[in-house]
Order: sequence, then structure tokens, then C-alpha cells
Amino acid sequence: MTKKMLLSANQAIAWAAYCSGCHVAAAYPGTPSTEIMEHIAEFKGAINCEWSVNEKVAMEIGIGASLAGGRALVAMKHVGLNVAMDPLMTFTHIGATGGMVIINADDPSMHSSQNEQDNRTLARFARALLFEPADSQEAFDMVRAGFELSETYQVPVIVRTTTRTAHTSTLVDIGSGERENRPVITYVKNAQRNVAIPAFARTMRFNVEKRTAALRELSESSPFNYAEAGSGNLGFVASGVAWQYVKEVFPEAPVFKVGLSFPPPLEKIRAFAAGLSRLVVIEESDPVLADQIRAAGIPVYEPDLELRMMELNPMRLAALRAELLGEPSLTSPAPEVGLPIRPPVLCSGCSHRGAFHVLAKLKATVCGDIGCYTLGASPPQSAMDTCVCMGASIGTAIGMRKAGHPNQRIAAVIGDSTFFHSGMTGLLDVAYNNIPITVMVFDNRITAMTGHQENPGSGHTLLGQESPGARVADIARAFGIRRVHEVEPYDLAHLEKVFSECLDANEPAVVVVRGPCVLHEKWAGKFINAVDPDKCTACGACFRLGCPAIVRGEPKDTEGRRYKAAIDPMFCTGCNLCAQVCRFGAISPVS
Amino acid sequence: MTASLTLSAPFNISLVGVGGQGILLTSNILAHAAMNAGHDVKKSEVHGMSQRGGTVMSQVRFGQKVHSPIIPDGASDILIAFERLEALRWAHLVRPGGRILVNNMDRVPITVSSGLQPPAADMDARLAAYPGLVLLEANALAEQAGTIRTANVVLVGALSTLIPFEPDHWQNAMRECIREAYLEVNQRAFELGRAAMMSKP
Repeated sequence: MTKKMLLSANQAIAWAAYCSGCHVAAAYPGTPSTEIMEHIAEFKGAINCEWSVNEKVAMEIGIGASLAGGRALVAMKHVGLNVAMDPLMTFTHIGATGGMVIINADDPSMHSSQNEQDNRTLARFARALLFEPADSQEAFDMVRAGFELSETYQVPVIVRTTTRTAHTSTLVDIGSGERENRPVITYVKNAQRNVAIPAFARTMRFNVEKRTAALRELSESSPFNYAEAGSGNLGFVASGVAWQYVKEVFPEAPVFKVGLSFPPPLEKIRAFAAGLSRLVVIEESDPVLADQIRAAGIPVYEPDLELRMMELNPMRLAALRAELLGEPSLTSPAPEVGLPIRPPVLCSGCSHRGAFHVLAKLKATVCGDIGCYTLGASPPQSAMDTCVCMGASIGTAIGMRKAGHPNQRIAAVIGDSTFFHSGMTGLLDVAYNNIPITVMVFDNRITAMTGHQENPGSGHTLLGQESPGARVADIARAFGIRRVHEVEPYDLAHLEKVFSECLDANEPAVVVVRGPCVLHEKWAGKFINAVDPDKCTACGACFRLGCPAIVRGEPKDTEGRRYKAAIDPMFCTGCNLCAQVCRFGAISPVS
Repeated sequence: MTASLTLSAPFNISLVGVGGQGILLTSNILAHAAMNAGHDVKKSEVHGMSQRGGTVMSQVRFGQKVHSPIIPDGASDILIAFERLEALRWAHLVRPGGRILVNNMDRVPITVSSGLQPPAADMDARLAAYPGLVLLEANALAEQAGTIRTANVVLVGALSTLIPFEPDHWQNAMRECIREAYLEVNQRAFELGRAAMMSKP
């Protein structure tokens, strides 16, 4: 079988895990890495795979599998590795037994993330072996090689994808596509090797540096690191998808491609640079390679152009070409101006909308979290004050209360999957320290933002097997919180009653707003609503719900400054929130 | 009406629209057709917020060798827009002499429907100012094929008149990307889109 397949890097990684005889795979969903585990699940249990509760647990599962002698793959987005750093930092001391490959997906330009960070620094920090695939074929080849090298050198291997590589499909030759029969390496109990206590860890610490020295030699001879000849004395070192942009924009230039990028092949790069008058390092995002090359005494030219933030692309490299070669810069046609923007919004019928409406009405200070419901921060609802990282809503709300925030009504808003991921510890802190805040768990029993993955509350595992389905209210009570409510999401009067009681109670409170994701369950009400234009006064109350089904109707006055509401029957789900906010009885069901 | 296809430089197609319009399936069919025709191919897309009413873009490049998955601005040979506002928003991606295929419909953004922003002024005139732009009644043709959900494949059919792939390359691509049960209706949509484009001046 040599027919090439069109695969995203995420698909190619799943194939590589399968072909490498990987035994265990674990991940927490996060764009752009999510599809890896979904594709691994398509191999119908050939790999023992799961959605883990968070990335730290996924990493620990990978570590346990490796120490037991199995091959393991764990996958996460860039911020997920922050969560998983603790086990990783000690695992690099202990070292892998079975091959351990960690997929880390960075998100330059923050297409779907709260921050931009270049995790290649973390690979160097941890002394892990680091690969940077430039396309899906390399993602496949590097994961395959990664398992082998991880076992040979007893080193965890990180494969750094980016949003662009993860979500670009390219042609891949997966060889036979057959699964390698790879038995689990026989386990030998060995405390000196596997128990990181100070006495043993000191020995491990020296071994880490010995191993890194060996990996430096490996990098010098790795087929993933190679020079391509070209003309002229301007040359490039490039890694990952940035290499593709260099090849596109500087087709004539000599280029050194770095695929195995920690440790970097500094001697090979030194030899490559010797024949050049200027060496430019193109990498996404931080100067990780550039700094190491410079530190080795190899001069690196730093362009004036800012290339260190946000995703690279051929246009930015074309501007660099103009700077380096003094060529006139390319002019591309100007975009049209004065066009309305099209921001993502909570869906019509979304179970989060009513709760945000009530929080805004009650003028609560809202510490938000990571998920679809972060869209509650957007106008017209504008119902969120802070959003930091997964699980941070609760700790942030505690801190605001402790700092004497003048608003009595402080709420943390967190989704079910995020609550299980890292909100539970924050809630335990609320209970333990008796903090008078209200934790609102928007529980749609699915991980919606990343595309509806199962989670500990959904009642199913990655492979669709039944699972207990943890109940947030039970967890809150077990932590010792006495004021716990479960409410339906579409009765605004009831939501207001419960929310205001909790927010004003001056004691820890939890409100679980339970309703399925409309996008997932294709839920629809028994009717849809319409606006009676004779009753509508154009007061704008329903528009402030931010529902995509509520649209501008006829003008209210001849100046055309105010418009009555109308409801798009294509989008209305019959959630009936709009009828509840209309004080004029202008909205009612139609058959 | 056949686009010039040079094999040394990649041929570039950008697809834009709104979440839920079937853009990713469309670019998948196109990328498979290019692969079936023996080209190197890259298909790039950014999703995540796509199902929540935001703009969705996918780019497909094919040729002897494709490096960058991102098409430089102003270098798209063809832009396929699944509604008119997105056609205008991304028209600058197209090279001089390139073509723009537009499904002649409007998906009004919430910023406009809720009155936060005014609608784009003079849409008709501004679209007409692009010489290579073609408006297609893809929704009506899709309904004629059997379901409005095939409007995206109507656009694939129209696109097929601009790219010198063999009919089999397209047919096989559809078989590779569309579930058996929906194949026939999509094949009808493809033919209707193709015929509609052929009949354009």
C-alpha cells in the first residue's frame, strides 16, 4: 500500500501512534489538538485511549504506561502543557521505559486560545527531545521516530505542532499502514530508577545532563536536520511550518531545516553558516533556536521586522524579503472597508444565555472561565469581568472577595468540563475557607467548545462506554457546601430568584444550571416565537439577549434610528427567553 | 472559461463563508479531486469558533509542489464565497484576473441584525466592481437537486468548470468525502452547478 492519503497532522499523528504499536493514549480536548484522540478512537480500541479529566492526569497516565513498559502518547494544546508540567519535569529525570510521545499544539495568533506561548522553551527547560513537523508527513515520521528514540535514550519526546500544521491536510505516505506488534517491555521493579526521592533524584539529575549530551550528538546526525544548497550568501535556518514559508518566499536561498530542534544541531548549523554573509533564523514564535545558535557563537542576523509575535505567513516573509534584499515590497489589493464584523456568538437556544442575562441584570461581578460561555463577555450581554485560564474563575473570584471588592455579588462562571478539569480544587477552597461567593456551573454535560467531547459528567467515555456521570451538585455537597441548587436554564424568573438569594447570602453557594447544548442535541422547543410589530415598542430588551434569531424588523420611526424586533424562524429554537424579557407582550409562539 | 493552470506555481483557491454552510466539506472534495488528478495538495483551515456564527475560511493549493499552506493575499486564483458579505470581505485575496464565485445570498451578521453596526453599504455595486465575480443561485439549485444543504456542492460543480480535472477526479472525490446515502443528491447538485456556470457569459 503506497497510495498517499490526504491527512491533517492530527490524523497523521493518530496513524503514527497506531502503526508504532502505541499501547496507551490520553488527552484532554483543546484546539488545535483535539482531533488526535478522536482519530485514535477510530482504531476501535487497538490503542487503550481515553479523555482524561485534565492534561496533568493525561501526562501521568502516559508516564505510568511508559514505566510499565508500554508505548504511550499524550496530546494537549499549549496551555495544557502548563497544567501537565509538574509530572513532566520529574519524568524527564526518571526517564521513559516504553516510548513516550507528547503532542503539544501551540496556537500562534491565538485562533482559539487565551494566550500565545512558545512551548519549545518548555521542551528545552525539561530536557525533552523536541520535534517540529512542517507538514503531516513529518508529523507521521516524527511520531514514529519519536517512539523509537524515546526508548533508545529513555527520554520523553515532545512533538510541537501549531494550529496551522495541525489543521492543514497534506499528502502522507503511511507505509504499510499496519500496526507494529510491539510487546510491552517487561517491567522490573527498580526504586532507584523510578522513585524520585532526593537521594535517587540527585543521581537522575546528573543522568539528565549526560543524556542531553548524547541527544546533542544524535541531533547532529539526525536525518530530520539537513542543509539544502542554494545560491547567494543569505541563508536561513528554519523549523516547523515556518520552513514552508521560507521555501515559498526565498526559493533560491540556502536553507538549513531543523526538524529535531532540541537539542539543536549547532555544529551542523555552524558549518552551514560558515559560507554565508548573513544567517537569518525563521521560527514561530520566540527566538528559541536563534538564541541557542547565537549562544554557540554563530552570528545571527536580527531583522528590523517584528516576526516574534503572531502566526507567520508568506506575506510577512515577503516583507522580510523586501527588507533583506532591498527589493520593492509586494503590494496586495486593499481589503474592502466599512464591513460589519461577524463575531462568534452563543447559539440561539443556548442554555447559557438566560443565566448571563440574569447575572447582568443583578449587576454581579463575574469571573469567567474557558469555554463557549466565555462568549458571554461579548456585547450585547457583556456579562463577564475576567477570564484567565482553565479553572481560574473560582480562584479569581476568591481573590476578588478577599481583596475587598466592593460588589457583594461575586460569581464564578465555569462550564462542566472545565469544572472537572481544574475547577474542583478551587471549589474545595471556597468550602474549606468559607468564602462567600457563588460558583455557577453552566452544565451542558458535554465539552462543547472543542466539538462535543464526552467528559466525566456526560455519562460516556471516549469510546462511548457507559460511565457514572459525576454530578456537580453532589461534589459541591461532599466538599461541605450547604447552599447548593440545580436549576433549569430557561426560566428567567426562577434563575433570578435563585441567583439573587445565593449572591446575597454571604456564604459559599453553588448553582448548577443544567441544560443540554442545543448544538449537540439538536434540541428544539415545541414552538417558535414571533414578534407582533403592533405591540413591539423597539425598546431593545430582547436584542440585549444577543440571540442570533432576533433580528432587526421594521423601523420604529420615520428617521429610521430605532427598529422593532423580528424573529428569524430559521434560527429560533423556542427557548422562549425573549418572550420573558418583553414587557409589552409582543413576543409569543406561532405554530 | 478555463483558468490557466501552470504546474510550476501552485493553483490557489480560497473558500469563505459562515459556520455551518459546508465549507470544510467543499474544500475536502476539492483537495481530494486535486489529489486524484495527481497533484501535490495542501488544504488549510482554521476552525474552533466556526459553529458559533463566525467567519470560516479554508484554503486549498495544488500543483507540482506546494510549500506554504497559506495562500499569499492577492494570490488566490479563485475565491468561493458562500454568501455575499464574506465575498466582499475577502475579495482582496484574489489576484488580478482571478475569479470569484458567490452564492447569491446574505447571512446577516448579528452585529447588523441586532443594530450594533450598520450593514455594508452599496453591496450590489461593490460586488459588481469585481470583473471576475459571478453570482450563482446555489440555494435554488440545491433545492432543485433535492435539499438546500447541497448548496456547497452546487458551488463545487461551478468550480469544476474552471479547473481542468477529469470528471472522474471530481466524482471519485465526492465518493471519498460524502456518505453513500447523500451521494446521489450531491451528484445532482454538482451537475446543476456545473451547468449553471457553463451558461454564464
